[in-house]
Parts: sequence; structure tokens; C-alpha cells
Amino acid sequence: MSAALLIDILLWSSVLGVGLIAFRRGPPVFKASLREGSMDFINIVPRIALGVIGSGYIAAIIPQEVITGWLGPDSGWLGVASAVIAGAATPGGPVIGFSIGTVALKSGGGVPQVVAYVVAWALFAFQRVILWEIPFMPARFVWFRCAVSVPFPFVAAAIAMVIGKP
Amino acid sequence: MSEPSPKDPAPAEDAESEPRPGRVRKPIGWSTIIIAVLVAVSAGLVWRRDGADGVLAILTHDLSLFGGILPRVLAGCLLGAFISEILPHERVSRSLGPKSGLMGLLIGTAFGAILPGGPFTAYPVASALLAVGADFGATIAMVVSWTLIGYGRAVAWEIPIMGTDFTLWRIVISLPLPVLAGALGRFVYVRLYPKPFARDDEN
Repeated sequence: MSAALLIDILLWSSVLGVGLIAFRRGPPVFKASLREGSMDFINIVPRIALGVIGSGYIAAIIPQEVITGWLGPDSGWLGVASAVIAGAATPGGPVIGFSIGTVALKSGGGVPQVVAYVVAWALFAFQRVILWEIPFMPARFVWFRCAVSVPFPFVAAAIAMVIGKP
Repeated sequence: MSEPSPKDPAPAEDAESEPRPGRVRKPIGWSTIIIAVLVAVSAGLVWRRDGADGVLAILTHDLSLFGGILPRVLAGCLLGAFISEILPHERVSRSLGPKSGLMGLLIGTAFGAILPGGPFTAYPVASALLAVGADFGATIAMVVSWTLIGYGRAVAWEIPIMGTDFTLWRIVISLPLPVLAGALGRFVYVRLYPKPFARDDEN
């Protein structure tokens, strides 16, 4: 949890830092961006509330075993492909995603497949895309970003196959 | 009752709040509706399986989670607003715009890697960059870099759960990916939406 505290400190010092720069540009600039940021916050809170409070229910009906099943014994590119789908379909936050990766590693999953899973989870986890990325970003950007990201879990798996285990 | 009280603070300040271009606040859109439906169905299934106690247990857990996240969401929104206010637009569109080349992708990657916080900072800041002149390519590099090589999630979650060796090794493998994703994004974008560039060349 100390890591979380460290990140909070970094986060708020960054806010303070850019806020100070804005303030030195003149109080109107500072006030305008403060108002802009607060309005963004007020607008986004209902959607975040729905997503965060609702994500527990989504996670509860997609049991981890289903996802782990996708990371099954199939090695090779078919295994990589199903790992990518599993990464995108993983509900919940980082704890669930990384725990599934760890379980897969410990129960004999191939390293390139687990890398593909973790990278695909980072790029496409549907809950993060729906809950965070779409509310904050233009929808056109989000779809475009997801589409051009599709090859990269496979690229990561290929690199893992070439350079070998950690 | 209809008389306006002179003691009320004048709301005249609203007049000076000119809308910044490119920053559109979406009303409740289809994505919200999809999530709402998904949540309602899921909650219904949980209720049928575990009863009201199960529904309540998840609700209290997620409410406390929400309470913890809220200040960080505020920090992210403020960060995004300040950054879009203080970044000089011409400089941004020169160094992160469609003609910024490999350098723009590298800057986007570096920016995503050092950005503190989680999704509550990355997406507001990325949205601010788009608004002040970064192109899709550089913004994709930034978002992909944040998610793949940013230290925030790695330090807070990946290292404790997956171990330092795997995490560092996975990050090394991921190093080229943001630039490649940004380059692919730019390559595809120019072919999908060629118009803005044509107008640029006419000047």
C-alpha cells in the first residue's frame, strides 16, 4: 500500500506543479483551468460511479476459472490468440488480471502466452476501455487505438519467443 | 421571492468562460447505457445466485473502492485541465502533431512512461493532448506507453503479484511497442482521413 501512497504523492505534486505554472501565467488562466477541471470531474463522476460500483457485479458473474481456461495448455500461436482474447475479456482491475497471469505461469502456461495475456489485458481489458477510456476520450480515438493495437500482443509474444524466458 | 437578492454572488464570471476548442463534454452516451445494462444484468444474476446478501456485499465493497478512487479522479481532471491550459498549442502541434515524425512518437512514449497515476490521469491528459494539437499517432504512443511501460501499475500491482523478474522482462519486451503502435496508427490514419492534411499543404 505504500506504493499506492507514493503514487498519490507523485500525482498530487504533479497537479500542484502544473497548477503553479498555470497560476504564474495569471490568476484568470488558473481560475479558468480550475473550473474546467472541476467541471470535467463533475461530469465524469456519475459514469465512474456506475463503472466502479458495477464492476464488482460484472466480475462476479465472469468467474476467473473461465478466463484461466482460455490460458490453457495450448502452446503456440493458437495459445497466444486465445490468451489475447482472455486478456480482453478479463473483468475487474489489475489484481484479477495479474493474478490470472501468475496462476497461468505457475500451472505451466507458456511464457509467450502469458506475456501476450498481460499485454492484451493492458491494451484491451474491456472494463477499463468502457469505464475509463471512452468517458474521457473521443470514442473515435478509442476504437482507432484499439484497432491498431491488435497486432501488438502477438508482437510481444514473438519477441518473448525469440529472447527466451526472464 | 422572485426578487434577486443583491447579496448573491454575481454569476457574471461565467461570461468569460469561453469554451476551448476540441474539448467536448459528452452527455450520457451509448457507452454509459451499455455499462448500465451490463451492470443491471450482472447484479440481477448475482442476486439470483447469492441473494440480497451477495448483492449488498459487492455494493459495500465497491462503494469503498469508489470513495478511494474519487480524489484521484479529481487530481486527474485537474492535471488534464492545467496541462491543456499551459501547453503552448503551436509547440505541441509541432512536436506531437501529424508531421512530428519519429521524434513525436518518442516524445509521446516518454510522456506516457513518466505520467504519474492510473487511468484517472492517463486518459484526461491524453484527451488534453489531442485537444491542443497532438495527432492520433503520438496520442496512441502515449496511451500505449502508459499502459505497457508506465511505472504506476507496474510498481503498485504487477511487481507485487507477478514478481520483479517477470515484470521487468515484460517491460523490456514492451519497450518498442508504443512507438510501433503510434507509427501504425499514423500510417492508417493518413490513409483513412486524408483531408486535414491536404488542406494543410495548400497554405
